[in-house]
Amino acid sequence: MDYSYSFLILLLPLLSFLLLGLLGMKMKKPVAGYIGTAVLLSLWGMSLYTAYKYFFYTGHIVTPFEQVDVINGRLASGVYPTLTIFNFTWLDFGQNIFNAELLFKIGFRLSPISVMMLVVITTVSSMVHIYSFGYMAERDEHYEKEGYEKGFQRFYAFLSLFTMSMLGLVVATNLFQMYMFWELVGVCSYLLIGFYYPKHSAVAASKKAFIVTRFADLFFLIGILFYSFYVGTFNYDLNVDGGMMNNLPGAAWVLPMALFLMFIGGAGKSAMFPLHIWLPDAMEGPTPVSALIHAATMVVAGVYQVASLFPIWIQYAPDTLHYVAYIAAFTAFYAAAVACAQSDIKRGLAFSTISQIAYMLVALGVGTELTGEGGVGYMAGMFHLFTHAMFKALLFLCSGAIIVIVGSNFYQYMGGLRKYMPITNITFLIGCLAISGIPPFAGFFSKDEIVSAAFHFSPFMGFFMTLVSGMTAFYMFRLYYLIFWGNSYYEQDPNNRRRPQEVPFVMWGPLVFLAIISVFAGMIPFGHFVTANGESEDIALQTWQFWTWSPVAWLSIAVAIIGISLATWMYKSGKNPVPAMLERRMPKLHKAALNRFYIDNAWQFFTHKVVFRCISMPIAWFDRHVIDGTFNFTAWATQEAGETIRPWQSGDVRQYAVWFITGSVALTLILLCI
Amino acid sequence: MIPVEFMLALSAILFFIGVFGFVTRRNLIAMLISIELVLNAVDLNFVVFNRYFYPAQFEGMFFTLFSIGVSAAETAVALAIIINVYRNYHSDQVNSIQNMKF
Repeated sequence: MDYSYSFLILLLPLLSFLLLGLLGMKMKKPVAGYIGTAVLLSLWGMSLYTAYKYFFYTGHIVTPFEQVDVINGRLASGVYPTLTIFNFTWLDFGQNIFNAELLFKIGFRLSPISVMMLVVITTVSSMVHIYSFGYMAERDEHYEKEGYEKGFQRFYAFLSLFTMSMLGLVVATNLFQMYMFWELVGVCSYLLIGFYYPKHSAVAASKKAFIVTRFADLFFLIGILFYSFYVGTFNYDLNVDGGMMNNLPGAAWVLPMALFLMFIGGAGKSAMFPLHIWLPDAMEGPTPVSALIHAATMVVAGVYQVASLFPIWIQYAPDTLHYVAYIAAFTAFYAAAVACAQSDIKRGLAFSTISQIAYMLVALGVGTELTGEGGVGYMAGMFHLFTHAMFKALLFLCSGAIIVIVGSNFYQYMGGLRKYMPITNITFLIGCLAISGIPPFAGFFSKDEIVSAAFHFSPFMGFFMTLVSGMTAFYMFRLYYLIFWGNSYYEQDPNNRRRPQEVPFVMWGPLVFLAIISVFAGMIPFGHFVTANGESEDIALQTWQFWTWSPVAWLSIAVAIIGISLATWMYKSGKNPVPAMLERRMPKLHKAALNRFYIDNAWQFFTHKVVFRCISMPIAWFDRHVIDGTFNFTAWATQEAGETIRPWQSGDVRQYAVWFITGSVALTLILLCI
Repeated sequence: MIPVEFMLALSAILFFIGVFGFVTRRNLIAMLISIELVLNAVDLNFVVFNRYFYPAQFEGMFFTLFSIGVSAAETAVALAIIINVYRNYHSDQVNSIQNMKF
């Protein structure tokens, strides 16, 4: 058994990107879509095959770097092997001044989490590829397809590039490769958010996303440099030179600092407070893109990064790791609070994404050790990453279906859609139940593992996360009732308004598929595959004997049900006066929540007033006046000198002769006098 | 024998007549003739120095012959240029080709 085919997992989407990007305009639009989708489906197949082989194969595995015998995927020591399938040298700078080799390598590495991510990315991406055939179509008054949108080929080309870069990120053999693909992911997100580039707001959103994440990535790069300088390698597998660590000043704090700097990069991608501001705006992109990038895959890059470095965090910076948990816990609460007041359904989902990503980082951040109770968070975070990708993609694709039918993002134009869009209604409901943590849907098991890990860390953290999960249930069901129940926009004036109807199969097919996964993913014995120390463990909740479930689980179920009931009471009929009353009673709070607690304005103030005024403008002045001035002066002086000398060349040959003779005579006289 | 100073004075006078003619005349042919005068003044110097100071040798004489040959070739080229100037500008005045400086 070898995995030598796996280079195709990176190569195929790259080729597909090049093909569609360079020759897309020569193709018919659907052909481009078929090519992209076919490539993605083959990737999906390969990823599933890889996952199956990785977790269940028994026999001998040969890779260029290892030869191992596995039984049911596991080594004799009981852990899954970390396999490097290939690892070629990309840049070789030879020996540097510290006598260490500076090598940049690109490779393909299989570990439990990277295999899990392969499956997540390709599953969601395949569904998005199929779904986009429906979403990116142009429709007439009666929802009949007329053709495909402008730039359809470009859309599929970017989707391929995005999938390639995300896959490259998760299979990275070293931090530098991860950083490279990390930036590529940022570029793709820029390209896809700005897909509707004639729209001003889309361009602004794409720039915002790129600049904010790029700003955070700067810290990631600094962190990598610190890390590799002290550790002597870009690899995740630490190879600390003890002498070097002791001889360099400040070695005790440098690893925690490097890890935290890298986390800031991750916080930018994963939209942690206060770097979350780009994510809600990123909803300007087409909705399938929101599902793919801003819900399921790209934003978990930060989580994946922390998880990849988790053993190093635990070993060298256990205290700093808890700061991650605090930041994430605050973000989860903040985003949930904002999500309760949004009227744009995609923005509501975006804040719910921020909140859920924060859950994963809380799970990682509360880790205290690799084994036992302290390491549960790692498994829980990865499990939640898996289930969340599925149900959040589902929710976003549902919202896309609604937007296609209604033609607006705002709930005021929806309402009462359950009669007209039954399939979307059911799948959205499943997504809501999953995210709210109602058993037996997927979100319950993963989220409850996180909450119990938080309880193990500190009761405060546990209760806090339970509270946030109640808020999650509330805002998700608020959204659900506002869209599918309540006052129907169509029925208020049926003669003049378009009658909503169900989306075509190409759109509801992926919805149903993801809904099925969202129902059953919770039953996957995830602890058998991914744990902090690699050993198999059981998730306590994954048993049908629900009377043995811990009080923590019952508490969060109760909180979730309270949240759902509250939302049902307030929003189901659409006539309950409580929401409007609350809005009137606390106008300031409502306005603040609607405006995302003015964090964007704070950044605006910070960048415009502080950075621009105090740093950029003096630098710009220096550039314009001193640097440019020097060069302008040189040019001016040369030109003036030329203008002065030019008339000397009169074209009158006799004049030259006079000068020549005068000069010769003068020279002769001078020489004679000396 | 004529003193050498006289010969050199003649040469100098010839030279400055040539220079004066070159500077003051506008006619291209006249300027060419002036240049020839300058050249002849130099040739005369060669001959005089050879004849008076190194009578046993002939390098100065030979060099003068060589110089006359070169000046003949130079005159041919100059005349060709002048003819072309005349054909193009319908003028033999030196001012007419002032614009060729660029």
